[in-house]
Amino acid sequence: MAELDTSGGGKKGGGKVRTKKANTKVDLTAMVDLAFLLITFFMLTTSLSKPIAMDIAKPDKDEKNETRLELRASQTMTILLAKNNKVAWYMGEAGKSQPTVEGFGDIRKSILANKKAVADLYGNDPKKTLVVVIKPTSGSKYKNFVDIMDELNIAKITAAPAIDDVNITDAETAFLKGQGLL
Amino acid sequence: MPRAKVQRKSTSIDMTAMCDVSFLLLTFFILTATARQPDPLNITTPTSTYKIPVPDVDIAKLSIGKGQVYYEVAGKDIKMATLDKMAEQYKISFTPQERERFGVIQSFGVPIQSLKQYISLSDQAARDKSGLSTGIPTDSANNQLAAWILNSRQAVADLHQQAMRVSIKGDGEEDYPVVKKIVDILQKQKINKFSLITSTEGGAQ
Repeated sequence: MAELDTSGGGKKGGGKVRTKKANTKVDLTAMVDLAFLLITFFMLTTSLSKPIAMDIAKPDKDEKNETRLELRASQTMTILLAKNNKVAWYMGEAGKSQPTVEGFGDIRKSILANKKAVADLYGNDPKKTLVVVIKPTSGSKYKNFVDIMDELNIAKITAAPAIDDVNITDAETAFLKGQGLL
Repeated sequence: MPRAKVQRKSTSIDMTAMCDVSFLLLTFFILTATARQPDPLNITTPTSTYKIPVPDVDIAKLSIGKGQVYYEVAGKDIKMATLDKMAEQYKISFTPQERERFGVIQSFGVPIQSLKQYISLSDQAARDKSGLSTGIPTDSANNQLAAWILNSRQAVADLHQQAMRVSIKGDGEEDYPVVKKIVDILQKQKINKFSLITSTEGGAQ
């Protein structure tokens, strides 16, 4: 910043010859700019580098616990995670309806459509919303699993999703094999 | 009559105080910023829209990548207590110096038999190069991962009177069966709830 030397403004014609004092002030503006830039950087990186967690609850595997939750076929959507970042989904019971094969870009629309269909069917009863069963098959990647859980979060599926990687039925396996997705 | 002079004021502000404050803040942020730990497995976590931050204490981290699993439990006291319990279980004795050094080791993936050698190496770079990191054995006959988790859960319960949380940091391209195998080990210990570490979604799809 330009500095205006106004020091000798008041007195004039004093007669005395003065030695001119050198200005000892250093311009700190650039230094302050830099300091604030660095502060901003460190502030953002400390708060943004915090890892984010997704909480997952899986059903208890206790052998003694044989009580199984019965789900209505009409409100159940099963999503199979298959090979090559593909998913196959169907409503209701396995083997009764042909699964639809989709990529991850389209599954959100399907989830939302099914959610709306179930809500309409039960007259927006909050207790009877869409229940999603996720079945990751052996061909799927870990990323696919995280992605589908994320999609459910985005679609605001309130009912806890059932993650079932054990009970993949023969009909489902056969379908995926037929599509070349397992 | 002399002309009335307009007093000209200097436009410069004294920046010294501002400079002091900003550098003080800068020092604070530099010191509090924790350097990002280099990942031995070079994991790329999948992205998600979740916004729950991972707690820093009483948490174990399982890193899964390349079919291997690495383990880390947060806190020096917990690490040392866990090592004591493991030493007792596997009949290996560690010296106080080794305990102390183990307390600051980050995520590791060595079988307990070669842990002594791993600790004795001078720094993290030497440990990474040593080739000792082959992942923690997880097969049913020699399930050291289960022992590590169980012992650190006990250590957390003893020292902090808290339930230990388990988080999984998996590589996005890891096959699901590998993750399932680790989750099955957790579920055998009745850990049915765990956190998956993800990074924030960059752009909307």
